[in-house]
Amino acid sequence: MLAHIGYGALLLTFLLALYAVAAAVYGALKGRPEWVESARRAVVLTWPMLTLSVLSLVALLVTNQFQIEYVASVTSRAMPLYLKITALWGGQAGSLLFWSWLMSAFTFAVMLRSWQRDREFLPWVIVVTMVTLAFFLSLNLFVENPFARLWMTPDGRVIGAMFRPHGAVPFTPRDGNGLNPLLRHPGMIAHPPLLYAGFVAFVIPYAFAMAALITGRTDARWIHITRRWSLAAWLFLSLGLILGMRWSYDVLGWGGYWGWDPVEVAALLPWLSGTAFLHSVMIQEKEGLLKHWNMVLIILTYALVIFGTFLTRSGVLSSVHAFAQSAIGPLFFGFIGITFSISLFLLMRRWDDLKSDMRIESLLSREALFTFNNMVFMGILVVSFWGVIFPILSELVTGQKVTVGPPFYEKATGPLFALMLILMGIAPLSAWGFASAKRLGRLIWIPAALAVATVVVLVILGVRSVWALVGFGLVAFVAYITLGEFIRGVRARMRRGEPVHVALARLIARNRRRYGGYIVHLGVIMMAVGIIGTHFFASETQATIPQGGSISLGHYTMTYDGLQEFYANDGRHVARAIVSVYKDGKKVATVYPRRDFYLDSQQPMTIPGVRSTWLDDFYVILVDWQPISVQGATFKVYHQPLVNWIWMGGIVFIIGTLVAVWPEPDPEEAAAKRKKKRATRQRPVPRSARA
Amino acid sequence: MKTRWLWHVLGLLVVLVLAWGAWGVAPAHAADPTPTPVITDDQVNAVAHTLYCPVCENTPLDVCGTQACAQWRELIRQQLQQGWTVEQIQQYFVDNYGARVLAAPPREGFWWLAYVVPPAVILAGLYILYRTMKQWYRPRQATAGEGEAADAAAASPSENAASSADDDYLRRLEEELRRRT
Amino acid sequence: MNATETQTPEPTPKKRISWGAVAVWGGLIALLVIVGLMLNRTQRGGVAIGDTVPADLEVTSFDGTTYRMGDLRGKVVLLNFWASWCTTCKDEAVALEQAWRMFQPQGDVLFLGLDYVDTEPDALVYLARYDITYPNGPDKGTRWAQTFRISGVPETYIVDKEGRLVYKKIGPFQSLNEIVAAIQQALEK
Repeated sequence: MLAHIGYGALLLTFLLALYAVAAAVYGALKGRPEWVESARRAVVLTWPMLTLSVLSLVALLVTNQFQIEYVASVTSRAMPLYLKITALWGGQAGSLLFWSWLMSAFTFAVMLRSWQRDREFLPWVIVVTMVTLAFFLSLNLFVENPFARLWMTPDGRVIGAMFRPHGAVPFTPRDGNGLNPLLRHPGMIAHPPLLYAGFVAFVIPYAFAMAALITGRTDARWIHITRRWSLAAWLFLSLGLILGMRWSYDVLGWGGYWGWDPVEVAALLPWLSGTAFLHSVMIQEKEGLLKHWNMVLIILTYALVIFGTFLTRSGVLSSVHAFAQSAIGPLFFGFIGITFSISLFLLMRRWDDLKSDMRIESLLSREALFTFNNMVFMGILVVSFWGVIFPILSELVTGQKVTVGPPFYEKATGPLFALMLILMGIAPLSAWGFASAKRLGRLIWIPAALAVATVVVLVILGVRSVWALVGFGLVAFVAYITLGEFIRGVRARMRRGEPVHVALARLIARNRRRYGGYIVHLGVIMMAVGIIGTHFFASETQATIPQGGSISLGHYTMTYDGLQEFYANDGRHVARAIVSVYKDGKKVATVYPRRDFYLDSQQPMTIPGVRSTWLDDFYVILVDWQPISVQGATFKVYHQPLVNWIWMGGIVFIIGTLVAVWPEPDPEEAAAKRKKKRATRQRPVPRSARA
Repeated sequence: MKTRWLWHVLGLLVVLVLAWGAWGVAPAHAADPTPTPVITDDQVNAVAHTLYCPVCENTPLDVCGTQACAQWRELIRQQLQQGWTVEQIQQYFVDNYGARVLAAPPREGFWWLAYVVPPAVILAGLYILYRTMKQWYRPRQATAGEGEAADAAAASPSENAASSADDDYLRRLEEELRRRT
Repeated sequence: MNATETQTPEPTPKKRISWGAVAVWGGLIALLVIVGLMLNRTQRGGVAIGDTVPADLEVTSFDGTTYRMGDLRGKVVLLNFWASWCTTCKDEAVALEQAWRMFQPQGDVLFLGLDYVDTEPDALVYLARYDITYPNGPDKGTRWAQTFRISGVPETYIVDKEGRLVYKKIGPFQSLNEIVAAIQQALEK
């Protein structure tokens, strides 16, 4: 019953989306606003409908309806309630539905905005978003149906289908397979939805960009409208990536946080082009330049979102994160081909309209530096894209699979990331329009001197790795410049008689975008500190020791105090070691590395025990590749200096983005609102016309 | 107690000998009737870290927890005991399990493309950037003693140009403040 | 790839052909072709039913005999991918050996075990434990596995007398009958 409701709602939404596309196109081409309005209403309806569908699936999941194929494949009786809910995005079919739901939620929000000044965009925004939505819904409807029931055919096979196949009888397994243990971690619960939200939110700016191209209204209006959407998309994506790193660190049990796995890289690609986009739109907003380039970037970002989703879901790529091979590949492929081609065609049609008189007066001006920054991001993107696509190419040409792993990426992107850091430091100092080396030099000599001093201090403290020193020097340089920007601003305000804290708060509040951006930069700097620390100074060792034995690594020593084995009531068998951690002979912590064996899915999980400080992490893994016994156990221990800076940097990064994204009364809009208020006072606008 | 101490010394010796062997100074008289050297887990992991598990996707061999990986690590241990070098072990893995066990494509034949294409594309991008910049670049006429000319020459150190840096920023800030308050 | 090619911001409005546009479209098409081919491969597997299995595939068994696919015409060949670390392979090991002993006397059926990414000592232990007598050899460099694009072990492929793939089984056989039926079908073709 519930399954039928869910499926019915899905089908209706699909029809609504198709109708909205048709009505919007008709209304726009024939100049019939009532048709566009009708399309808008259809769009508004899609979200409640999909919510109904999602709720049906959630209800099925939490009530153990194992006769439903999807429910049986991702849940089991033993799973706690919250995991049953999050199983919504734990498998291919459910996560596609969830994706569609997010997509319609965002579109819903866009539809409710005031369209008065942008009427001409509306039909085309509807077309782009609804075509995308209809495509994802069609995947759910025709290929990966989350509501399909299990049936036993006369020849004894169990198959999933929405309606009874000929001669089949309903089949209900006694228990489900359970969620993949890798997905049972808090980080993993939040990581996919945030990533999806990031992906989906980028569809909105893309839709406006396409609307701008179609209507020929190619000024910066589409960028103004979608600025906050782009930032929100970027926020979600960043948050998703950071949580993914944290999840990897906590759960995959390998002491690392970023393995350059193809699926990780596929998620990074739209982030890279999105970051470039966020920077280059500022040039268009300030100077009216780079219109082409912004279009290219937003099209690229959308394309990479779809392409990345395709890669991870079609079975073309294989990875720990990838979904199993699926029949959605060909549909996706067709969709990609069509959307890429149409976007490109539209862009080329308007190419000449987008021309602007680009003029760079100085190679150190802010617009020049932003252009360079964009190029660096594109460089990283090229390397990463090639790294993802190359194994495919190799298999096609040579018939042999190859791995493109960390050594490739690190060597290729390392210098580019360093360059990015430098630009990140210098660009904010430079002025729009014109900047001279002399003027910049005056601003950077103090940070540069301080950075050199920092390096000297590090050398005295015993850091000897040349590249690490170069890295830390760069990071320090950029950090001092960025902090200097805050100090300069605060000092300027203090000269007007404000106390420090007020000056700082007002400084940020009055120009959220600028200072939010700087806070993001500070977050990046902190993350860079952590990455340099773990990259150059991490160490590890492994040994099998008897109970009471110990392993030493650097300043740390761990002793194996005991082992507990028990069954947890959520269907795990747990082997948990009790380990004392000593630093320089003093006991600092007790940690419990453990190995969980999930009975339903028959998979082990290795959960590390970590003693974490802002200086370093001591990370202990109960290695499961040798028999664990009370007498002796094998441990692998990692010393990860500065790794916490990555997470703290991540938090700062997110705070900065929030500051930048927080609604700020746009002077233009505020003026319009005031005007509108006046107008409303004179002649009340009927509700229907406001829309 | 005494024997334990002995073991430590022995272990240390073995590590030293191995380090020496790995240095490649002498191809080690492995045929001596001395007992086969003890290979520590760390040595195994160091080699395994450079290899990828041939069956699990994108998991380095040193961190992979499956039974199969345990067998391969055991194999690496035996190979190390027999005095194989890291390169030999890697070659063995490639011969037996295919090129995908390496963390990056080998630099041969078609796979060179992996290393050639990104720099080529980036260089092409730089060239395009250079051309576009040339097209866009129209330096401000050095009228007020400011500008590129002044920078390049450094001959006319007109202090007003330099001091305007701070002032310019503050002016912007002040302007912002005025506008917003 | 198309990432940088699209960055050609030269408008070049006077020329009839814009090289930037050509490059972008070329890049897009190339990308789509690559992905499309790969997708096709993923979808149908390396060797589809009815395809001729490449003749140059060869395997040297643990006892030193070399078998080359092209030399096996006239025989029905059962290729079984397995590994000693694989738990489900053990489920079918006994049945496979039984089937082999049934068909071996006929002379027109060959079983070939392909040991997929395994270590030789463990493989030999496995063969001894299940008393497997048909030839088995390591899949060197995973050539066979990559040709068939196997998704795991065990996987079994049956090639008819003309060298065409006629049957494939993902996962272990459930019973001796299943194996016998599959081979008989291949023999009748």
